[in-house]
Amino acid sequence: MNTIPGIELDGVTIRAGAFQIENVGLVAPQGSYVALMGKTGSGKTTILEAIAGLRRVTQGSIRIDDRDVTDFPPAHRGIGYVPQDGALFNHMSVFENLAFGLHVRRVAREQRKERVLDLATLLEIRHLLARSPVHLSGGEKQRVALGRALAFSPTTLLLDEPLAALDDETREHMIGLIEGIRREMPVTVLHVTHSLAEAKQLADQIYVIEKNLPKDAESDLPSQGPPMVKLR
Amino acid sequence: MIDSDTRRRLRAQDIGFYTVFATISATYVLLILLLLGADALSTSPREFFRALAKPPIQYSILLTMASCTISAIASMWVAIPVGYLLSRHKFPGRSLVDAILDIPIVLPPLVIGLSLLILFQFWPFSLISGAVVYQIPAVILAQFTVACAFAVRTMRATFDQIDPRHEQVALTLGASRMMAFLLVVLPEARRGMLTALTLAWARALGEFGPLLIFAGTTRMKTEVLSTSVFLELTIGDLEAAIAVSLLMVLAAVVVLVIARVWGTREVLT
Repeated sequence: MNTIPGIELDGVTIRAGAFQIENVGLVAPQGSYVALMGKTGSGKTTILEAIAGLRRVTQGSIRIDDRDVTDFPPAHRGIGYVPQDGALFNHMSVFENLAFGLHVRRVAREQRKERVLDLATLLEIRHLLARSPVHLSGGEKQRVALGRALAFSPTTLLLDEPLAALDDETREHMIGLIEGIRREMPVTVLHVTHSLAEAKQLADQIYVIEKNLPKDAESDLPSQGPPMVKLR
Repeated sequence: MIDSDTRRRLRAQDIGFYTVFATISATYVLLILLLLGADALSTSPREFFRALAKPPIQYSILLTMASCTISAIASMWVAIPVGYLLSRHKFPGRSLVDAILDIPIVLPPLVIGLSLLILFQFWPFSLISGAVVYQIPAVILAQFTVACAFAVRTMRATFDQIDPRHEQVALTLGASRMMAFLLVVLPEARRGMLTALTLAWARALGEFGPLLIFAGTTRMKTEVLSTSVFLELTIGDLEAAIAVSLLMVLAAVVVLVIARVWGTREVLT
């Protein structure tokens, strides 16, 4: 595996109202798949938002592909971000959602179309391109959100519980698609989840926010699977 | 288990509760309809069209349509950024700004007119006082001052209902703040914008007090529909006053229908 850090948090402290996460250290090598686990309210999403540039870091540094991006605005971090509910733009078609990142980067129309069609084929959503996101199922929405985040070829992908609201069959299908994406694109993934099974299935390494560690994770710590690192 | 007697007693209590509430509601709705009905019955189509044929009324209709439209559009230019900042950002003095924005809503209309009049005695406003006070710009400014406060309230409620996550995602996808706002937030706010625009228009239509003080009620100059009603009453032409009132009712109904059908119901204040 590549040893250059794709995502590196060094002594990061984030304050979100009364909530505070202190001194977080995390390293995800370039091209690796890292899961970030912890109970609800442990600060997983807050850490992801800080990496995406949506929350200010009061201390420490964030590096993406060995570049200090701590003070960079979200648009300049080169990160694809999939929030928990997908947050699709309901006033746009699926095609327009997928093309958004390319549109704002002023990519030529033809190239935009080609890239969107490639992604739609990879994610098996080509038949949905003309539809409004409003009428899509949960799994379809997550595939569109994933495609939208990947369209501009980011080096880093942040996934916030992308499989949490899906039924078992759809979840397995999505896991297959994510694995397919990893084979096709060289991307560092940080995947927030509360499911140890999901983390074990996908991740090369698992970080666990220790203070609110889920009981099943506690008991599974010494077992086989990807290495686990405790945060705090 | 509830026996049949208890069930009957509970049902009777429910009927009593809903009867009282429905009676109160129906009484108020009926009062509004009676007001409109009385206006309609006090004139005839002939009188109505005779009043509308009067040149001062025709001038008043034109000025009303133009001034209300300009005030409503100007209100939106202010309400969108102010509503957005209040909805999305915490900044020092936000509560104070929020309270200040309510002042035009709670102040007596005459006080707003008087305050505008006094303001234009002071530099630098005094420099353009001659071109504004008792002129058409005074009509628009007086309407705007009140209508804008309602538009701000509506736009703030609209932005409150839009998930901030959407624009955050747009930022991560490479959009600047302005692009995220224009491409994601504004299109999602379009129903609320229509509601704010129509409400501002309707408020501007109904303004009377500030116009009376700040713009005057000069025929064929600063006369709008609300002041036409007043002027027709002062010269004793009740039919014309009623005809203009009915015209205003019609305009208000059209605006309310637009707001109800295409706007956001939740933010109607």
